[in-house]
Order: sequence, then C-alpha cells, then structure tokens
Amino acid sequence: MSTATTGRPTRPATQPPRRPGKRHRNTLRYGGNRLRYAGIVALFLAPSLVPLTLFTLVPMVSSLWVSLHDWNLITPMEFVGLANYRELLSDGDTWAAFGHTLGYIAGYLPLVYVLGLAAALALNTALRGRNVFRAAYFLPVVTSWVVVALLWRWLLSPANGLVNHLLGLVGIDGPGWWTDPAWAMPSVILASAWKDLGFVMIILLAGLQSVPGELYDAARVDGTSAWQRFRYVTLPLLSPSTFFVVVISLINGFQVFDQVYVMTGGGPAGATEVVVQQIYDLTFRYGRAGDASALSWLLFVVVLVVTIIQVRGQRRWVTYA
Amino acid sequence: MTHPIRLGAVAAAAALLALSACSQGSATREDGGEDGQTVVRYMEFSSNGGNEQNLEAIVAAFEEENPDIDVQVETTPYADYFTKLQTAVAGGTEADAFELNYENFVTYADSGALAELDVDGDAYTPSLLEAFQHDGVQLGLPESFSDVVLFYNKDLFAAAGVPEPTADWTWEDERAAAEALTDTAAGVWGDYQPATFHEFYKALAQAGGQFLTEDGSATAFNSPEGIAAARWLTEKSGTVMPTEAEGAGTPDFDSTLFREGKLAMWHSGIWMFGPLADVPFEWDVVVEPGDQTKASAMFTNGVVVSANSEHPEEAQAWLEFLTSSDTTVETRLDAGWELPPIADQDKLAPYLEQTPPANRQAVFDALDETVLPPVIVRQQEMQDAVTEELGNAAAGRKTVEQAVADAAARVDELL
Repeated sequence: MSTATTGRPTRPATQPPRRPGKRHRNTLRYGGNRLRYAGIVALFLAPSLVPLTLFTLVPMVSSLWVSLHDWNLITPMEFVGLANYRELLSDGDTWAAFGHTLGYIAGYLPLVYVLGLAAALALNTALRGRNVFRAAYFLPVVTSWVVVALLWRWLLSPANGLVNHLLGLVGIDGPGWWTDPAWAMPSVILASAWKDLGFVMIILLAGLQSVPGELYDAARVDGTSAWQRFRYVTLPLLSPSTFFVVVISLINGFQVFDQVYVMTGGGPAGATEVVVQQIYDLTFRYGRAGDASALSWLLFVVVLVVTIIQVRGQRRWVTYA
Repeated sequence: MTHPIRLGAVAAAAALLALSACSQGSATREDGGEDGQTVVRYMEFSSNGGNEQNLEAIVAAFEEENPDIDVQVETTPYADYFTKLQTAVAGGTEADAFELNYENFVTYADSGALAELDVDGDAYTPSLLEAFQHDGVQLGLPESFSDVVLFYNKDLFAAAGVPEPTADWTWEDERAAAEALTDTAAGVWGDYQPATFHEFYKALAQAGGQFLTEDGSATAFNSPEGIAAARWLTEKSGTVMPTEAEGAGTPDFDSTLFREGKLAMWHSGIWMFGPLADVPFEWDVVVEPGDQTKASAMFTNGVVVSANSEHPEEAQAWLEFLTSSDTTVETRLDAGWELPPIADQDKLAPYLEQTPPANRQAVFDALDETVLPPVIVRQQEMQDAVTEELGNAAAGRKTVEQAVADAAARVDELL
C-alpha cells in the first residue's frame, strides 16, 4: 500500500510488489547468527506486536469463545455451541442492523469522498493561507467523537438548534433531525462526513501532489479543458489514494458507533440501530454477551469479505502510474 | 517552524489522553487509605442528582465512629449505573459494597456474586428486609423506599384560576386541568409524564388492567385497559406536555422545567423533595390521580456486599450504618430524600412535620395502593420494547392500538 500511494512513474502496474523482507535478509549479514537476528527482529516488532496481541488478538480469540456461550456477564458461562449464530441469523433485528449500517455507508462514503476531494482540490492550489485551511479541515479528525457528536446533536436540535434556527430565518420549517426516524440517519451521516472529510482530504492531497506537473502541461498543449484534465489525468492518477480512502472508510463505516451512541442511541424507533450499536446494547443493556460476540464475528466476516472483494477488484480501476 | 497540523494533532492527542485518564473509572482504583485504614469502596446511584452531600454527611458520621475504616463512594447516574456495575462484576473490579434496586437484586442474588450477611434485622421494616432475602439467606439490606406522587406548582394553578388537585382526582380531572394550564405562548406546560415502561405499568394498573397473565406466561395488556393507559400517556405529548423534539426525555429536562416554574403538574418521585426545597414558588404534592382505581409506583433500593470483597465485615458495618443508623434516618428525613426502611415509625414523624411540601402525608397514603413493576428475565429488553412502541404512538408514527399490539407481541417473544 505504501508504495502504491506514492504513484511513482517508474514501475509498470503489472510488476509484482517487491518483497522487502527477503531483500533485507539477504543484504543484512549477521554472520549466520540466526538467533541474534531473530532477537533483533523481535525487538523491533515488539512495540506494535505486544499491544496488538494484548488488546486485539487476545480479545478476538476470547470473543470467539464467548460467542459459543450464553453469558450475562454475572453468572457463569453456559456452552451452547453455534446456537447464538443460528438465533442471530433468524432474528429480524440482526438484518435490520446490517441494513441500517449499509444505509449509513451508502450515504456517508460518497459524501465524505466528494467533500474531501473538493477540499483537497481547493487546497492544492496557491490559495493564500492554505496551511491554515488544511489544519482547520483536519482538526475535527483528531477531535474526540464524543465532543463532535454532542456538538452536532446541539446544532441539529429540532427545537432550539442552530441549524433549524437558521432555516427558520429563511422561512424553512426544519425537520426533527434526530427525533424523526426519516432524518436521524442523515443527521448521523452529515456529522460523520463533516468530521472525516479532513482525513480524506489529507490522503487525496498527498496523492494530488505526486501527480507530475508535466502531465498537465502536456494535456494543455493538446488543448484539453479543465474538466478533461481532471477526468483523464487527475482522477486516474489519484486512484491509488482513492482506493486507500475507500477501503479505510468502508471498514470504519461498518464499525460506526460513537456518533450513533451519542447522537441517537440507536433511535428514534430503532432507525439508527447499526450493527455495533446492536452489539453494545446486547452486551451492556441486555446482558447477552454471547449473542453480542457472535454478532461481532458476523460483522468481522462481512468486513473481511467486502475488503477481499475490494482488493481483488482494484485491478480494474486503480492505476499505478 | 512547527507545522500547524502536527501542533493540532499533539494538542488533540494531549486532550484525548487527559480525557481518557479522567474516564479511566474509579472502579479500578485502589487507594491505600491513610495510616493503615481499611478501605471500603461503595458504588451507588441514588445520591446522584442533588443528594451527594447528604451521602457524604452519612459517610463522615460513619468514619467518625469507625476511624479504622475509609469509605470511598463512587457515584454513577442511574442511567449508566447498571451497565457500569455489570462490567465491573464481569471484570472482577466491583466495589466491596454496592447498591441495587429490587428488580436487579434477583439477578445478582442468583449469580452468586453477593456475600451472605449476618445482621440483626430488628431495625428494619420486616417486608422490606424480606425483599432482600434469597432462598432464605439475607443477601442484601433494604436501604430506602420511595414512591411517585403528583407534584404541582400552586402559583400556576392560582394564576390560571384552576382548583388544585385533590386525592379524589381522576385522569379526567388531571386532563382538564392540564389543558387549562397549558400556555404555549408563555412556554408553560400543564403536565409531564413520559410515555415509558415505568409509567405504563402503573397507568395500566390505574386503568384496572394487568401486564402479564396470572401465570406470567404471556402479556395481558393488549386490552381495552392497556389501550386506555397508553392513550392517557401518549396523548399528553405535544398537547399539554413538550414533545421529544422539544427536549422531553433528555436528562434533567423535566426537573429544570418544573424548577423554572414552567410546568404545572409533574409525575415524579419523592426524592425530589430536597432538590426542590429552594424554588421561588409554592408547590405541593398529592397521590397520583387514578382511573378505575388508584395505583402508585413504589421503589425499593437495597445494598449488598460483593462475594469478592476482601473486607466483608467492614463493608457490612458500613451498610448497616448506611441503612439504619440514626444519622441516616435524620439525614434522609431532613433532606427529603428517599425514606429509610426502619421499623420504628416514630422516627419517621419529623418527616411529616417538614415543608415543602405541606402534604407529606400523601407519601404514606400512596403506599396504601401500590403496584410493583413486572419482573422477567429479559427485563431491560421488555422495558425498551414497551418504551419504544409508546414513543411511536406519542410521535404519531403508529396508532395507539397498533403500538400496544406491537408492544405486546414483542414482549411475548421475550417471555
């Protein structure tokens, strides 16, 4: 991925990626002392491997174990085999939760990409104070979701929020943003796109800056319009960055939770009950940790399959110049 | 030059770290206590929202009498308390002693998470003491009891020329008064009673209905009584009561509205007596109006010692003091908090002499006809399902009949 996003014009797309591990092993000589070599490798891996093991791998394996049990967190676990999975798959709430999550992604992904691309294009120019703008757009990305979600909950408050107040000034009767089931998911999508567009912008900006200027000069000489240069030079050369953004945003989209929990809590009338909110409710409201763990694994499988499809499908549209 | 983005990221990261440090939760804290004191950690919810200093006063009096024990209180709002407690128990970081309401006591008693207590129970009202026994073993102590009454703003009634509520009122009287008192132009609302599970099972009893069949195997509230109760609750929203879009249902919304003198009638618990003592208008309480019959909600909280506690004796000593000492009785009565569960009724006399409200007798009159919440294994799911369907009716997304039928079908699935 890291070599892909630089978009260097030296390597044809068909060439398999280099294998840095093998290369290093051949170039770094440790006098055949494999043990010492392994020790050094372990030392360098430890800072990421230890936390990953402790806080990701161990909990994942534990949750797989819990998913085979009935457990209310208080009484001892009871082994039930695959019953939790069977129950979930025949439960309409599970499908509804996946449906809401897909609805979120369908609204969020195009919106955040278009907004992020627009910001990247605007800030890739010689605009005065562009560093300030770049920082400003990126600031929400590093802000706590709880703060952002509370802010948006207030902005979109149906009775006394700023948005409906402003709409009222121009004679529009604003909707019941997070109290109306039809508007609750759009509210969450809006807040999410606002917060994440800075991330998309930064990645695409890096991509834009590695597009060689000569290509634009050549295209100009050929008498192209600005739109044609965008469509046939910028977009194709940006596709590795786009691919990265889409993969990451899709995974984040499937895991959407913080903003939903704070803004709507899954309501009104279950309209924003996304999968992770459902996992939370099952565990902590309803004391059904087994079902919640099983649902986590269903989500994991879905994300895995979607990501594999994306990685396989990238050959068709991602251009490594 | 420092890059602005990097600077922002560093600042935000620092803020996040600070936040996560705060939210780390005292559940894992292990303060040593001073001079070899024994630390007893106590998790609770019932002092939250205005009675924190009262609990502190009880703690101070206990520590005065027991200089060897350091009680560390960890207060969590009710809405988050049971989530936090459940997680703490699962992780083995629960406090030595903690508070439970009656509905949750049964689950915890079943689980083996509670230590057996060895107490001389004479100090307690027998029925309340028995409520916290499980299979003949005393696993908890009653801590307090409370009920729900109708609060009303006397100034608003006088200004509108509406006669004040009496113990004989029915729903019809309340409805008529609420309509007369609602003045949307002035931002004044006539009534506040959320359309939730806890109001519904009570209204259902007032309408003469039953939540579950006699043997508890199915719901019985998809009935004319159930529809009447649901209609009574859901028709208030947007007519005599603010809607969800106007803020109803958010924390402290109703108490703030009443405190600001913009709410004429309010269905709430007697634990609000203390926090409302200083409002700049006259108010009083009355037993809730009924329909076919009267029925008031009664709540009992208890306290328990964790089976994992390293200091069960000290923890129990603290709980006995907390539930039955004279300091507690005096503090609770003075503050107008929930009532102490003591057997000696004479000690409760000072409670009746205080004002506001003048009609404290209503607190005891309400106990004549009480209704307890239905308790099932999948309690929270039942409560959420009923509240959500009532919300659908209140917001006009479903007819009342449809909402009640859907709620009954969803609860039947949980039984």
